[in-house]
Amino acid sequence: MARIKEKAYEWVFTALAFSSLIFLVGIVIVLFKEGFPIFKAVKAGDFLFGRFWYPTYEPPEFGIFPLILASFWVTLGALLVCVPLGVGSALYLNEMASFRQRSVLKPMVEILASIPSVVYGFFGMMIVAPVLQDLLHIPTGLCAFSASLVLGIMATPTVCSIAEDALSYVPKSFREASFAVGANRWQTLTKVVIPAAGSGISTAIILGMSRAVGETMTVLMVAGGSAVIPKSIFDPVRPMTSAIAAEMGEAPMGSMHYHSLFAIALILFLITFAFNIAAEIISRRFRIKLGHSG
Amino acid sequence: MHNNIKMKAENVDFFYGPRQALKDINLDICEKRVTAIIGPSGCGKSTFIRLLNRMNELIPNTSLKGRILLDGEDIFGQQVDAVGIRRRVGMVFQKPNPFPKSIFENVSYGLHVNGVKDKKLIEKKVVSSLEKAALWDDIKDRLHESALKLSGGQQQRLCIARCLAVEPEVLLFDEPCASLDPISTGKIEELIMELKKYYTIVIVTHNMQQAARISDHTAFFLLGELIEMGKTQDIFTAPKDKRTEDYITGRFG
Repeated sequence: MARIKEKAYEWVFTALAFSSLIFLVGIVIVLFKEGFPIFKAVKAGDFLFGRFWYPTYEPPEFGIFPLILASFWVTLGALLVCVPLGVGSALYLNEMASFRQRSVLKPMVEILASIPSVVYGFFGMMIVAPVLQDLLHIPTGLCAFSASLVLGIMATPTVCSIAEDALSYVPKSFREASFAVGANRWQTLTKVVIPAAGSGISTAIILGMSRAVGETMTVLMVAGGSAVIPKSIFDPVRPMTSAIAAEMGEAPMGSMHYHSLFAIALILFLITFAFNIAAEIISRRFRIKLGHSG
Repeated sequence: MHNNIKMKAENVDFFYGPRQALKDINLDICEKRVTAIIGPSGCGKSTFIRLLNRMNELIPNTSLKGRILLDGEDIFGQQVDAVGIRRRVGMVFQKPNPFPKSIFENVSYGLHVNGVKDKKLIEKKVVSSLEKAALWDDIKDRLHESALKLSGGQQQRLCIARCLAVEPEVLLFDEPCASLDPISTGKIEELIMELKKYYTIVIVTHNMQQAARISDHTAFFLLGELIEMGKTQDIFTAPKDKRTEDYITGRFG
């Protein structure tokens, strides 16, 4: 009886462990199956680099270049916010903060990560956008710039906590060695600690990027939603994620519009997948470099 | 033989938070001699050596009373900069700790941070430091390879070379052979004997044979106190204190 029970436990946990693999494979299969039909109607090159996204016109146009550009610009903008903010706070937390400051600040950063994205979106819509509109005299505050700002703040905790881990992995002995030959704190930080943690910090940035690219609710609410090629950072844009979320409901099942949205999802998946693989490779090299195994 | 006093501890008390780690230490370190500090684990010997180049300041919540003099000047004085002290008093640690950089960059690091820009001078000093650390012949063909590829003993000699490059006056060794095999240990010991011609050396060790082999003076620490200090020969053949005798004859420790 006891042996059967033990076997049963083993099976249950094995099944649970493998379930995520099954979900992943299932999602990939569905994305390919539902996304591919669009390439029968539109050439892959025209789909990726077509300048017009008019999926409901007659005849429709399925060029997702404006959406890709929107994702690209918003993500880049978010990086300009979250990299200095995240890496800067990680450096402060790990190198300068006293024990008490750290014990207050670190949980704060983590709480920032736990705020639901719709709350960020709401905040961006009701506060950031109107303020920017008044301040900068732009036609609408719901644009790439405000989306970048809000996304950047959202991605900051991700960047900060991973970068902080990377810094804390740098052995104390490196710092001691540096001080022992007469380096000051700033030199130790810039010439020893940051280079040693460099690949860990890169991982943090890539994962922050991955977070920003995939974020949907916030950009749907704040980016403005216009699917044309943006001319400036103050134009409203429609990133890939918000195109899928906004149009899924209105695309008839099995239509070309429907398949094109799946194709966008597929591309998005490939992008974040590539980011995560890159992050994994870099962080593995980092651990080897610092002499941690595995 | 004439002994000039290079460093001097005067009535040094040291605390980690409320815990007293050193009690009223008075000790002289002679110029161009090897001073060994021995004692069982937790006796305060590592704590003491770290005061000599102000490395203790990297640990929060500690306090110091008394004075430590370098050429008669208090290294904890208000006008004194810790960075300058650490340039004059170099340190080699228990575990070899080369940076994850090339051999060349490891040795030149101290020169860079001290503002040396002249490439020829840097190159010259890197080579001479590696020679002094008896590492040059091992690695002259792979100066630009990662320092982490070297063996443990070679890494430790590299760390010594890194110290020598900034031309310190005093070298502190905190159990430099604790993680090395006997052959590497032998090489480091030979090197220390050679280096004492030019530098004042303080070495912490809990290998008593090592202290006996390479030092001129020996200080015995126990529970944060300096029990006895004298010529190494005297300490090992005719200790004055019963506790020293017990320790060196292996009755505890």
